Amino acid sequence: MADLTKLTAAEIAEKIASGEVTAVEVTEAHLARIEAVDEKVHAFLHVDREGALAQARAVDEKRARGEKLGPLAGVPLALKDIFTTRGVPTTVGSKILEGWIPPYDATLTRKLKEADVIILGKTNMDEFAMGSSTENSAFGPTGNPWDLTRIPGGSGGGSSAALASYQAPLAIGTDTGGSIRQPAAVTGTVGVKPTYGGVSRYGMVAFSSSLDQGGPCARTVLDAALLHEVIAGHDPMDSTSIDAPVPPVVEAARNGTVAGMRVGVVKQFRGEGYQAGVMQRFEESVELLKELGAEIVELDCPSFDLALAAYYLIAPSECSSNLARFDAMRYGLRVGDDGSRSAEEVTSLTREAGFGAEVKRRIMLGTYALSSGYYDAYYGSAQKVRTLITRDFEKAFEQVDVIVSPTTPTTAFPIGERADDPMAMYLADLCTIPTNLAGNAAMSLPCGLAPEDGLPVGLQIVAPAMADDRLYRVGAAVEAAFVARWGHPLLEEAPSL
Amino acid sequence: MTVTELVSYEDALATYEPVMGLEVHVELGTKTKMFCGCSTALGAEPNTQTCPVCLGMPGSLPVVNATGVESAVKIGLALNCEIAEWCRFARKNYFYPDMPKNFQTSQYDEPIAFNGYLDVQLEDGEVFRVEIERAHMEEDTGKSTHVGGATGRIHGALHSLLDYNRAGIPLIEIVTKPIVGAGDRAPEVAKAYVAELRELIKALGVSEARMEMGQMRCDVNLSLRPIGAEKFGTRSETKNVNSLRSVERAVRFEVMRHAAVLSSGGTIVQETRHFHEEDGSTTSGRVKEEAEDYRYFPEPDLVPVAPAREWVEELRASLPELPRVRRNRLREEWGISEHEMQSVLNAGAIDLITATIEAGADAAAARKWWMGELARRANESGTELAALEITPEQVARVCALVADGSLNDKLARQVIEGVLAGEGDPDTVVEKRGLKVVSDEGALGTAVDEAIAANAAIADKIRGGKVAAAGALVGAVMKATRGQADAARVRELILEKLGVEG
Amino acid sequence: MPGITREEVAHLARLARLELKDEELDHFAGQLDDIIGAVARVSEVADQDVPPTSHPLPLTNVMRADEVRPSLTPQEALSGAPAQEQQRFKVPQILGEE
Ligand SMILES: [Mg+2]
Ligand SMILES: [Zn+2]
Repeated sequence: MADLTKLTAAEIAEKIASGEVTAVEVTEAHLARIEAVDEKVHAFLHVDREGALAQARAVDEKRARGEKLGPLAGVPLALKDIFTTRGVPTTVGSKILEGWIPPYDATLTRKLKEADVIILGKTNMDEFAMGSSTENSAFGPTGNPWDLTRIPGGSGGGSSAALASYQAPLAIGTDTGGSIRQPAAVTGTVGVKPTYGGVSRYGMVAFSSSLDQGGPCARTVLDAALLHEVIAGHDPMDSTSIDAPVPPVVEAARNGTVAGMRVGVVKQFRGEGYQAGVMQRFEESVELLKELGAEIVELDCPSFDLALAAYYLIAPSECSSNLARFDAMRYGLRVGDDGSRSAEEVTSLTREAGFGAEVKRRIMLGTYALSSGYYDAYYGSAQKVRTLITRDFEKAFEQVDVIVSPTTPTTAFPIGERADDPMAMYLADLCTIPTNLAGNAAMSLPCGLAPEDGLPVGLQIVAPAMADDRLYRVGAAVEAAFVARWGHPLLEEAPSL
Repeated sequence: MTVTELVSYEDALATYEPVMGLEVHVELGTKTKMFCGCSTALGAEPNTQTCPVCLGMPGSLPVVNATGVESAVKIGLALNCEIAEWCRFARKNYFYPDMPKNFQTSQYDEPIAFNGYLDVQLEDGEVFRVEIERAHMEEDTGKSTHVGGATGRIHGALHSLLDYNRAGIPLIEIVTKPIVGAGDRAPEVAKAYVAELRELIKALGVSEARMEMGQMRCDVNLSLRPIGAEKFGTRSETKNVNSLRSVERAVRFEVMRHAAVLSSGGTIVQETRHFHEEDGSTTSGRVKEEAEDYRYFPEPDLVPVAPAREWVEELRASLPELPRVRRNRLREEWGISEHEMQSVLNAGAIDLITATIEAGADAAAARKWWMGELARRANESGTELAALEITPEQVARVCALVADGSLNDKLARQVIEGVLAGEGDPDTVVEKRGLKVVSDEGALGTAVDEAIAANAAIADKIRGGKVAAAGALVGAVMKATRGQADAARVRELILEKLGVEG
Repeated sequence: MPGITREEVAHLARLARLELKDEELDHFAGQLDDIIGAVARVSEVADQDVPPTSHPLPLTNVMRADEVRPSLTPQEALSGAPAQEQQRFKVPQILGEE
């Protein structure tokens, strides 16, 4: 039998539906792969072997009974440890939640289960999704399968690394400033940040509520679309969830084309700080789009220059409030309760011990930005920048159907290189952040290897809000053209582990 | 305790003018909490009405209760407020263990209702207008119980136990503008305002507003300024003053305390204070250290609330008659004094009497039973009038039986006793207990004859013109008929038989 | 841009309930200063007459009907509690109350 872990999700689902393999066989193959390689990669924080096999058996029984199976039934998935899973630990990569077993499922978790997607386990991440390298996990870093001494991106480095090392064909990420797209870019995989409100946030531990968005991660554009369709849709439990039909993403992924489309290239997404090899692959991608029949339009979005600054005020502000609930009273870690200390002291000691440096840094920054006397200059201005960025996007999308850019300015950097240099770390999200601020949709997909280091480069495609299907239409066309040019998917060039 | 000698209330008012600000929190009577579907029913076992949302669990998200918003708009309209066309929730950030998220979801600079007023009527009928700054939506906290302490523990360890059933119950916070010009009537105005607000809330049907149950809670801000001065003085904030009487006493006490501090050359510290029911005093609570910084910002997990104008107008049109207007109307209809109306209001009897009248009783009778026999019984059993096990319809039936002569007052009281004891409706009690005025002339005549025969001396006195002595014979007949005779008719018969003019 | 002082950091830490160690105070003071220096650029738009965006979506009036939904069982509610007693969350002494 072919190596089941090398198949795409679409192929696995088809083989299970036709009876060629069972869901249990598929699940066991992936569990075996995790067993074999994850000690090196450290993509998973928790593997739910029993739960996954039980789910797989249920799928096989369903099929045996002749019930109709969903399009991803029996396909294994790696779930970012930021979504609550009833009865299965959820840590958000933090000591403060170590050992917490949620009594409820996130809406996304429930949807996956209802679609018979097999949840293999929970993946590593930067603590509370704050970071671009997964080095901020309280449980140790994850290695990039292309080079284990390098970062797999972040915050969803566990999910991207699981895909790139064939431990799962599907994964879930969350994207507040680029945490789906940047890991996808540096691991040679596909990641999509849906339109804000497209995927329910209920049960997704909040970092920055107005920016956070869960989304699909996969090795192919079609697989991402299939997963997108499963997890998206209106949720009455999330007040910011869009009550409208999910854009036809699967149909778009099956009918990739850019012919006749206008594709924008933004002036602000280049210049200092961009690695030469990254820019080279990006320019080639633009050439490819032209060859495929797209018209390229130069765009000027001046407010994008302020995006990073606005982001590093808004996200910390919201997080300083969202993370206040971790106080040692109702769940999670409690430190220093010796019978004489007050609740207030125990809260402070617990938060000091339970949060890592980056989390504390952002809580402090957010507390500062919201405090009286500073609010207008910082938080208030950042919200204005947000309006300007949205307007820039609106103007741009009057002229073009999608915008393209490099996903991240550099390829995967070595673990430890930017660990205590927050400003350097924040630059990784330069191109991804404007989308989060405006709430529209974006995808990253592989566009080659940088010549200087042989590491993957990501191409970002940005679409207007609720036009997520455009990402897949363009992404599928670009993916098909590149695979044809390379003769194989990019990931096949990754070293075997 | 208070170190400063208090200045007498009269002396204080001779020098200073009080300025008040009243903040009232009302717990809405919605079925579910403000941001989740947990029940708000009272009396549940601890932590049985909680969910990921109201426990502030990681990942949970709020969704606004539509009835909570509707209630807020109704309150705003009844308080003559403008209703925001567009407003948001905001997070008020501060740590406290009874607040699961460590921020309260509230409203900040965009309240749903603002700029209104409430006219309150003092006992002598004078009307005082209290200006309303705002009414906004927020949520309640959980409840903590403190255990342990001094008694025999090593380190005197204390801890607290938390029940989050109440966490997330919708609150409307109603804040007045500074109340100036009340002068020496400030305590009375404060009390009348809270009383009027309570009546209003109840009339709207948005809450039972029972202060003793914590469904309505008042914070009293008070400052003094020298008479004639422009600038307000430093205020104190007395927290959780939870009865009408306490509101009045707290204002009075703070006036005297502030005056004492100020006239002895001291300065008032801006602080929260605790009120003590036992002696009506207040004591220092938390001094507001370095001005609390709540770091308000728009709640990103909720979208704006934009009440449609047509909907607001629909709600306005459906508002019930305002309590003060209604009271004045009823007072005239019933033909009673301001003072009598005040007693009816204080007894919580307005709605009961109105319903009894609607069920057919006449106003005087309805008021007589509710304010007399029933008020006495409620008082004895320490319950509210409305909690008595008798309905206005039943009281109206008793009134009807008295009116048609089937019962006299004494029997009617027995019927009421039977109804309250759960023996059934008035007619059933009459039936079961055999309570019926004896109106059979034959039987009554026999009883009168027997009474005359047995009390010949008294009968002679009556014949001799001492009509007042008839009372004794009436008593004898009533005794013989076990109270079931119509006393007036008995008296008539006695006089008739003895040939005397009544 | 005035530098952020160690005292300010200590004040922020108190507001945020973080019992920072001395060396952390110094370390964060430097880093926060750098970050704030970089992000303060947003105030370039402070005077511009643009409305602030707090929500990326133009949604309003998202509400639910006032209907009771099942709560957690008290066992589930308390399942993560560091300590419990009498079906309540047991927490250290709360200051500022009597
Ligand atoms: Mg309040
Ligand atoms: Zn709840």
